[in-house]
Amino acid sequence: MARGPSGATSSARLWRSRNVRAEGYAKRRQPLGGWEIEIETYQAGELFYCTINNVDPGARYARAEGATREEAESRALEKAERYLKQTRRFSTG
Amino acid sequence: MADVLVTIDWVAQHAKDGNVRIVEVDVDTAAYDQGHIPGAVGWNWTTELCDTLVRDIIPQKKLEELLGRSGIDNNTTIVLYGDNNNWFAAWAFWQLKMYGHKDVRIMDGGRKKWLAESRELSTEKPTLAAKTYKASAPDVSLRAFLPDVQQASAQKKAALVDVRSPAEFTGEILAPPGLPETCQRGGHIPGAKSIPWGKNCNDDGTFKSMDELKKLYADQGIKGDAPIIAYCRIGERSSLTWFVLKHLLGYQNVKNYDGSWTEWGNLVGAPVEKP
Repeated sequence: MARGPSGATSSARLWRSRNVRAEGYAKRRQPLGGWEIEIETYQAGELFYCTINNVDPGARYARAEGATREEAESRALEKAERYLKQTRRFSTG
Repeated sequence: MADVLVTIDWVAQHAKDGNVRIVEVDVDTAAYDQGHIPGAVGWNWTTELCDTLVRDIIPQKKLEELLGRSGIDNNTTIVLYGDNNNWFAAWAFWQLKMYGHKDVRIMDGGRKKWLAESRELSTEKPTLAAKTYKASAPDVSLRAFLPDVQQASAQKKAALVDVRSPAEFTGEILAPPGLPETCQRGGHIPGAKSIPWGKNCNDDGTFKSMDELKKLYADQGIKGDAPIIAYCRIGERSSLTWFVLKHLLGYQNVKNYDGSWTEWGNLVGAPVEKP
């Protein structure tokens, strides 16, 4: 079986080429449209992935990807804001 | 650590063991394709872990087919993990236990912790040799149906645990912020106690210690000496609480009410308590 410069076989090289690591995973909280949200972003391969969760109860409701962290977050935040506008508050009395 | 929980290190070491199958089940059904634990199978809760015609859990035959094509037989160790602190991993766990699978576990910390630790991800779906799986008839003692909940509420014979957020419990909102409203009325089942699911977890997605969990429920009078029914909106958050009560704390009589608020909050004439 052919071996590359590292000595790995072609199938091992192929396996590695399809595997990446999540890099730069980060999360932060901020208000948006009157609600607390959590923004999680990481890079895998050439793309950045962003998901937006409501802090309470912690459900993901918007996500996006982009070539940069800023692009992924900006797209996800745009969706998140749009969805949040549909959430109504009711009197509990 | 309880034998139904495994650490991320354990998964990293055993993911390729012949008798172990790692399965990712996410709220976000696109997350698996962004990258998953190498060798892990992905299950879609919206199509593969339910009856898509009738509102019900996965039918027995469909489960057998799903497990068979996932390379799982009755002796396989199944390790589930997913996003949102294992919400739908717990949902899959609950159904697998209903159908009698012996060795099923959850990866503590789920997808969040795997990502946060910069672990390896793959975008490849594994090619698996199909196996034959034979499920038991569903064990309905793990599941609460509407009449069970009506009786529990009216006669106070079981503790009702509402695991939704406080704002859903009080009726301030009808669904988690940003998600579509799926009920006609807000509030909670009369007599239910509010113990949000998130209180079971640490910030990194792992479960809290047994002592912390025991205290969390004991402070609300839930000590495992009486039947317990957990519910949320569609039954997945409450399956996580069911997992904690039944399998981490070892309480015997715990049911998950998967009809949850999308059933009760739409039911004509059902009593609702607010706040």
